[in-house]
Amino acid sequence: MKLDSKIPAGPLKDKWTDHKNHLKLVAPNNRPKIDIIVVGTGLAGASAAASLGEMGYNVKAFCFQDSPRRAHSIAAQGGINAAKNYQNDGDSIYRLFYDTIKGGDYRAREANVHRLAEVSGNIIDQCVAQGVPFAREYGGMLDNRSFGGTQVQRTFYAAGQTGQQLLLGAYSALSRQIGLGRVKMYNRHEMLDLVKVDGKARGIIARNLITGEIERHSAHAVVIASGGYGNVYFLSTNAMGSNVTAGWKIHKQGALFANPCYVQIHPTCIPVHGTNQSKLTLMSESLRNSGRIWVPKKKEDAEAIRAGKLKPTQIAEEDRDYYLERKYPAFGNLVPRDVASRAAKEVCDAGHGIEANDTNEGVYLDFSTEIQTKGKQSAYAKGNHNPTPEEITALGKQWLEEKYGNLFTMYQKITDENPYETPMKIYPAVHYTMGGVWVDYNLQSTIPGCFVAGEANFSDHGANRLGASALMQGLADGYFVLPYTISNYLADEIRTGKISTDSPEFIEAEARVKDSISKFLNNNGTKSVDYFHKKLGLIMWNKVGMGRNEAGLKEAIAEIAQLKEDFYKDVYVPGSADELNPELEKVLRVADFIELGQLMAMDALQRKESCGGHFREEYQDAEGETLRDDENFKFVGAWEYKGDDINKEELHKEELKYEEIKIAARNYK
Amino acid sequence: MSAAKNININLKIWRQKNASSKGSMETYKLDNVSTASSFLEMLDQLNEQLINEKKEPVAFDHDCREGICGMCSLYINGRAHGPDTGITTCQLHMRMFNDGDTIYIEPWRSKAFPVIKDLVVDRSAFDRIQQAGGFVSVNTSGNTIDANSIPVPKVDADKAFEAAACIGCGACVATCKNGSAMLFVGAKVSQYALLPQGKVEATQRVLNMVRQMDEEGFGNCTNTGACEIECPKGISLENIARMNREYLKASLK
Amino acid sequence: MAKSALLKSSIVKKYWMALTGLFLCLFLAGHLAGNLQLIFGTSQQFNEYALFMTTNPAVKLLSYVTYISIIFHAIDGIMLTIQNKKARPIGYAKTDGSSSSLASRNMAVLGTVILVFIATHMVNFWAKMHFDKNMPLVQKEIDNGMGGKQIQLVGTKDSQMPFMQLDQTGKLSKEFFEMIKAQTQGQYDLEVQDMTKIVNKKTGEVVFIGYKDLHKLTVDFFKDAKYGLYFTIGYVLAMLALAFHLWHGFQSAFQSLGVNNKFTPAIKFFGRAFAIIVPLLFAIIPVFLHLKK
Repeated sequence: MKLDSKIPAGPLKDKWTDHKNHLKLVAPNNRPKIDIIVVGTGLAGASAAASLGEMGYNVKAFCFQDSPRRAHSIAAQGGINAAKNYQNDGDSIYRLFYDTIKGGDYRAREANVHRLAEVSGNIIDQCVAQGVPFAREYGGMLDNRSFGGTQVQRTFYAAGQTGQQLLLGAYSALSRQIGLGRVKMYNRHEMLDLVKVDGKARGIIARNLITGEIERHSAHAVVIASGGYGNVYFLSTNAMGSNVTAGWKIHKQGALFANPCYVQIHPTCIPVHGTNQSKLTLMSESLRNSGRIWVPKKKEDAEAIRAGKLKPTQIAEEDRDYYLERKYPAFGNLVPRDVASRAAKEVCDAGHGIEANDTNEGVYLDFSTEIQTKGKQSAYAKGNHNPTPEEITALGKQWLEEKYGNLFTMYQKITDENPYETPMKIYPAVHYTMGGVWVDYNLQSTIPGCFVAGEANFSDHGANRLGASALMQGLADGYFVLPYTISNYLADEIRTGKISTDSPEFIEAEARVKDSISKFLNNNGTKSVDYFHKKLGLIMWNKVGMGRNEAGLKEAIAEIAQLKEDFYKDVYVPGSADELNPELEKVLRVADFIELGQLMAMDALQRKESCGGHFREEYQDAEGETLRDDENFKFVGAWEYKGDDINKEELHKEELKYEEIKIAARNYK
Repeated sequence: MSAAKNININLKIWRQKNASSKGSMETYKLDNVSTASSFLEMLDQLNEQLINEKKEPVAFDHDCREGICGMCSLYINGRAHGPDTGITTCQLHMRMFNDGDTIYIEPWRSKAFPVIKDLVVDRSAFDRIQQAGGFVSVNTSGNTIDANSIPVPKVDADKAFEAAACIGCGACVATCKNGSAMLFVGAKVSQYALLPQGKVEATQRVLNMVRQMDEEGFGNCTNTGACEIECPKGISLENIARMNREYLKASLK
Repeated sequence: MAKSALLKSSIVKKYWMALTGLFLCLFLAGHLAGNLQLIFGTSQQFNEYALFMTTNPAVKLLSYVTYISIIFHAIDGIMLTIQNKKARPIGYAKTDGSSSSLASRNMAVLGTVILVFIATHMVNFWAKMHFDKNMPLVQKEIDNGMGGKQIQLVGTKDSQMPFMQLDQTGKLSKEFFEMIKAQTQGQYDLEVQDMTKIVNKKTGEVVFIGYKDLHKLTVDFFKDAKYGLYFTIGYVLAMLALAFHLWHGFQSAFQSLGVNNKFTPAIKFFGRAFAIIVPLLFAIIPVFLHLKK
């Protein structure tokens, strides 16, 4: 199979405009004759469904949650990037493009990323017009903050709930179309297979999660916007329901899966508390603007803290190791996520971790310096030029509360510690997956008519995603890319007419789904789904996590293959198929996670280099930084499904060409 | 911080096979629950126990488990989202309970939120209210006016944000003795009423959303203020007052 | 807005509750001012006030608004309550009331108590005042100049005759009218009309207008040997219900009308003061009357 990325010719900055100008259109009177299925209603899915509905297509949107508003985009905290240069600090489309490519450790497509930077400004315009209440300055203008991996302030935000506000914006646009009857919404429905007719995506099989009914839905095009696969690790910052099933099912139907090993481990999450932990909670990256990360210099101190004999506030300034500031003076606490995460792992592996859990994994995020700095500034701004230390501290805390109040409250509720008084404890956790279904420039997978948007595709973040870029990509794909490229595909479908769901392909796909459901329900094993999921998670975290090596990956591949066998033999699913059955939902998802987990390990094994979120311990420079091998690995690794045995999957390579950017070692020092 | 310890608890949980069947409160005993666990992790533990006993696990809604998606929805010991304020059920931790406690867990009770199974209810009424008018009618295009072309006073933007922080969990309805949805609707109406972008169709919006709210069978607000107390996002009663104002304005137009 | 929405919409129902409620608060203030004369005024003052309140056309109009408000407030409240009950067909097994005040959760019960009170109150006072043939008129005992006593009816300002003689038993008896008719050779053929007026049938001329003695009625009511104590206690309890009702209702009305701003704390304070002071003063009066020697 030859991978054709369909990147348009011409100068980088004109590619998208030219391409758009030459894409085929569907006339307004023809659009109602065309059906489109959108799976997932996060930023990408909701914005795509809303936009396509506005255009006049018949859209059917699916989400497994009880409302499209619950999609996990809602949990994004920090912000959304856009090259508006409102702060006059030299930002531009080019710089956003450049930062994103560099942040992705030179493993993303130039053309896609440039397009993303180009439309970034439109996203902000669109969201403001929709009534998204971004933070503003007293003059009424939009406020910005800075984020990891950049030296400009281009991040728009709404307190610590930017994802929520953007998703509710997209949801409101979607709701409007549902109200107008142009989008039909299927809540509590889960896509369980893709239906292909004559090689084209022609519909899906979905399960009504309330009644258990297996439904056939046909369409002229299918959009998969089902998010990332971080839950392969069991513990992650993803929602409990986030899953890879839609993406994995289309992979099994012929869509290639690209760069599965690129996983982002977010540096600022609340550390694990115990074995019953079900998920990890992120503390926004924006906190790194104000917090300083440290561990005790002396191992004894770390031990004493873990034993509860010392408090972090009792550690003297000179006994603290602000390791990010020490190692990366230029970017300091604002180095990209992968760099910050690895650095935390490094100091904890060296015995300086401060969390009293099984692995001692935790570092401090300290706001005391910021309280003093901002307190002084606030006092000064209020005309108090000689504030007392108490006034400074009070004002500083007030400033923090205004900026991060909800995050601090959230932290306190979870840990029972007050982060205004004592430093937060944080540790990296799986957060985002850069890999995903391979798509071309038009966001179409290798299955014609099957488009993939948002985190579910692989396209824009290379080997590491910069903060505040996921929201940008989701909305860019849904609002400003898909509506154009999908119309181009659908222009050839105006004569197709309604697609029947009675064709053998639909019948067969439905039988496949029903068969796998009944297999699980009649398996009569002895162990719960979570038992296997947790096992998978442990293998993944330990061997396909922040640090990977050949031996570990090989073990992981074998262990996962074994786990898969045990799973099918011994998993127990209570209840029946024709009712709301959360265990059944889980088992179907975990079955796909297991297979994907194995592929992730295989991908990590074949990529004999370190880049971004993929850190192979064998490939690091003298200072422990990622060591890329541009000669041999400057490609997108896209895997083709070859049947039940995942080991048989075939790797295809899409060479990455850098025409605009001079490829270099990433340097944040 | 008090160190985590393990406690034993009794649970009284509403079990109901499906929407049409009659449900009842069932009693369960659960031992060795870490006080560092979240409430939902405690339920996970119970379900694991039930599954191992080959019994049907308890169905409950949950997703993000960080207090933002609005999916979790339990009425715990007589309070929406349990005995703490400013949080959702998934943010409630077991350290709020003591060894030997009996904990009542019930679904949201409202005519507009019918029970689907056990503790899972159908909140699509909220979606329909939003569909009736909870939006600004602006199509997607690359050419919407520049985001900074209409200044918005910070005070208004902040208030709009505070209203928009609603997660649509339905705790307001669950806790209101009247099963009223006015805090939810008031928050949405307020968000748009406060922003210049939303003012244009404010009249239609408030009339349509309130009409839909009434059709869904929610009760009427009697200003008890319970919703404001139990709202995990602290949405203020001011928003209901603003909706009342907006409705009056719209009615007189 | 569609006409039906004037009654149907949940929010409009709230407006009506608020508007009628606030009007009734005004009524309470006025009523209280009048009632306080039972303590701080003479019986004459009180009866003059009662006369004014029952005859002044403006007051009459206001009283109709008040009746309508009470009825509307009650009906609207009942409708709201029924709908609110319907909104939760299955209740909770366990509830915890800490998130709202007792008063706010029991407005309908309190309102019903108040409505019952209003009904009995009107039967006991308003109906007697308006329809009872036995309603006493204001009388005065004077020295007849012969060491004996004589009872007279006191005339109002508009009365032609400042007083009207009564017979030995203190009554306007038929014999007495006959006697006058005889004495005046038939010029004065008197009869009682509208309970308080004495009219010369021959000329249609109103020769005398008396006061209804509401003061006496009230005092007798609360000093009744058998039931006075119960009436007093009942009255005080009703005022307690009123206090709770106002405690929530006053500020709530402003919220319903969309007023929730920087003045809200002041409104709340005023509302709560009103909720305590007004019912308290109302309640003091029967207690005062009951205990008064």
